[in-house]
Amino acid sequence: MFGLDKRDTGVLIIVTLLALFAPIILNPFPTDSAMAQFNAGYPDLMQKFVIFGIFAIGFNILFGLTGYLSFGHAAFLGIGSYSCVWMFKLLGYNVIPGIVLSILISGLFALLIGFVSLRRSGIYFSILTLAFAQMCFALAYSVLSNPRFNLTNGETGLQVYANDPQWFHRDGLPDLPHLFGLSMRATQKIQVGAWEFQLNAGYYMCAIVMLICFYLAIRIFRSPFGMMLRAVKSNQQRMNYTGLNSRPYTLAAFVISGMYAGLAGGLLSAVDPLAGAERMQWTASGEVVLMTILGGAGTLIGPVLGAGFIKYFENIFSKINDNVLHSWFAFLPDGLEDFMVFIIHPFIGKGWHLTLGILFMLVVIYLPGGLVEGGQRVLGWFRKRSAKPDAKAGKTEPAE
Amino acid sequence: MDALLLQILNGLDKGSAYALIALGLTLIFGTLGVVNFAHGALFMIGAFVAVTVQRVLSLSYETVDPSQKDFLGNPLKVKTPYVESWFGPETGGMIIDWSVPIAIVFAIPIMVSVGFIMERGLIKYFYKRPHADQILVTFGLAIVLQEVVKYFYGANPIQTPAPDALNGVANVGAAFGMDIVYPVWRIVYFFFSVTIIAAIFSFLRFTTFGMVVRAGMADRETVGLLGINIDRRFTIMFGVAAAVAGLAGVMYTPINPPNYHMGMDFLVLSFVVVVVGGMGSLPGAVLAGFLLGILESFASTTWATTTLPGINQIIIYLVAIVVLLTRPRGLMGLKGVMED
Repeated sequence: MFGLDKRDTGVLIIVTLLALFAPIILNPFPTDSAMAQFNAGYPDLMQKFVIFGIFAIGFNILFGLTGYLSFGHAAFLGIGSYSCVWMFKLLGYNVIPGIVLSILISGLFALLIGFVSLRRSGIYFSILTLAFAQMCFALAYSVLSNPRFNLTNGETGLQVYANDPQWFHRDGLPDLPHLFGLSMRATQKIQVGAWEFQLNAGYYMCAIVMLICFYLAIRIFRSPFGMMLRAVKSNQQRMNYTGLNSRPYTLAAFVISGMYAGLAGGLLSAVDPLAGAERMQWTASGEVVLMTILGGAGTLIGPVLGAGFIKYFENIFSKINDNVLHSWFAFLPDGLEDFMVFIIHPFIGKGWHLTLGILFMLVVIYLPGGLVEGGQRVLGWFRKRSAKPDAKAGKTEPAE
Repeated sequence: MDALLLQILNGLDKGSAYALIALGLTLIFGTLGVVNFAHGALFMIGAFVAVTVQRVLSLSYETVDPSQKDFLGNPLKVKTPYVESWFGPETGGMIIDWSVPIAIVFAIPIMVSVGFIMERGLIKYFYKRPHADQILVTFGLAIVLQEVVKYFYGANPIQTPAPDALNGVANVGAAFGMDIVYPVWRIVYFFFSVTIIAAIFSFLRFTTFGMVVRAGMADRETVGLLGINIDRRFTIMFGVAAAVAGLAGVMYTPINPPNYHMGMDFLVLSFVVVVVGGMGSLPGAVLAGFLLGILESFASTTWATTTLPGINQIIIYLVAIVVLLTRPRGLMGLKGVMED
């Protein structure tokens, strides 16, 4: 279908179904139950899932295929956000011009930064991208917010004010980002028994964009261009010796992934019209690296999984507090209950970053392929067990 | 002229912090070939060693003093630090006052053992893996260390004052007939870092151990073939590098109250410093550290910021970009070391 082979079509269909039914799938617990706090099916979080999914898919096109580790991708996210809000300020709240402009502007920046950074590789490339991103952050945070030339509005963050021109804004249109009149905040609540599902317009727009991005990423992965990028990753020197100039290919990959990041930034602004400089800080770049590696760099579905995983835990894990823990371990004798809570306490709530860091280290050390590789290993293990029930469990497979 | 000297002084103390961290980074990279993103975390741990030492020294017990009353007429509770009751108020008070310099004594063994544990427990397994993996795993480790410190010490900066005697300002320019008033502790910091740098260089230059390490940096395999256990020496060097970062952190606490993410803030800049100086070049790291520190302080003058707004924020990165593009091996990098 759409020029994909059977397996990729399957993956695309699964992702499509997951994205379309996410509000239902992510709300497995009834609204009034004690487990309701683990429901992730509310619009804010679901939007983050798909938007950071796009970000990570884009990052993966660069890192997963070419092996160039960029530590400055958040700059494009921030640039995208700013461009989108500027379109809101100038033209009005329709999201289409904002998103288009965010892709274009971030693509332009990616072209510039990539042209310079890609002259080096390895650690130098990481440092160069990091330097550029930090420069963008510093400029957006301080200089570009001076009264004479206020491009970013500094610490407060760029937002739409009542006296902005908004040339195409008419009275009938909602005073929030909208798609030809359909407000991004419009939410249809459906009650099914004890469950409540929220179908949000902003989420569905982001999800559809994400699906398009995902489809494009599959096409890139399977194209001769993608093959070339993989060749760059495996041995760039040999590529150059065969007389091929690999730089246009890596630059194209860099620009594409920068545009993905810009698109993600634009969507972030589209669902919440506020753009701040902290989106460009290098910790934000680190986050997308974490997502991609955690999910599985170089795989199709990995980055999306990683993004969902990290955003879920960021929002849900950090909500667990000691009271919740006490209620979980209530079946234990008193002393033991307190002890368990004491042990787990540092890893939850505000300490969830600790859990994330440990998890990330474990993944880098033991599972370089990320969650996807973990899943494959578990599947392979089960398959082998069912194929040869008498075979020894845990027997290693022959080397590839 | 005064203003010029003041800017140089300003640059020197920031530059010494950059130089110390970059020196440690370069030591690790030159010996073990590992890009250590957790080095900023080591700097931060050093700073928190100082905080801990200060807290331990000022541990105190409460006694009720019937002769003093508070405003409600109840007898006042008086806190006496244990050190004061052991050594008398004079000496005890002085020990508490000098807690930051005293922390150096504790920081060295602590940081060396942290370095050993890190190298033997984690980094050892990453020598053969690509640089990207090393960056990622040490980045993860940095997050973990940072969060552990945050768990125990909270997220707010902790004031750790310098000893009273060194806390004021001094007129540095008096000797030259000029009027330059500057905080004493920052001058102390500069001389401290120069001492450490000199110590590291002479250690590598004039001892047999240092000679072997330098030989190992040049050609690890041959040194190994000569029957020298180079791995163990490199592990020790990792400990030394950790100690250097830790000491830089200890002494930095009075300048900037430590918080859990100070390491990350310094890390990015120190990497830039290392790259500008030249990967694997120790003198390069020191030179670039001071140079960039001074450059940054000159870029922060009113004149510079009014001519080119924001130049103080981006000058270091600009320099790094220019250096990387025109002279990829860095200012003093050796030919052929990580040049592509």
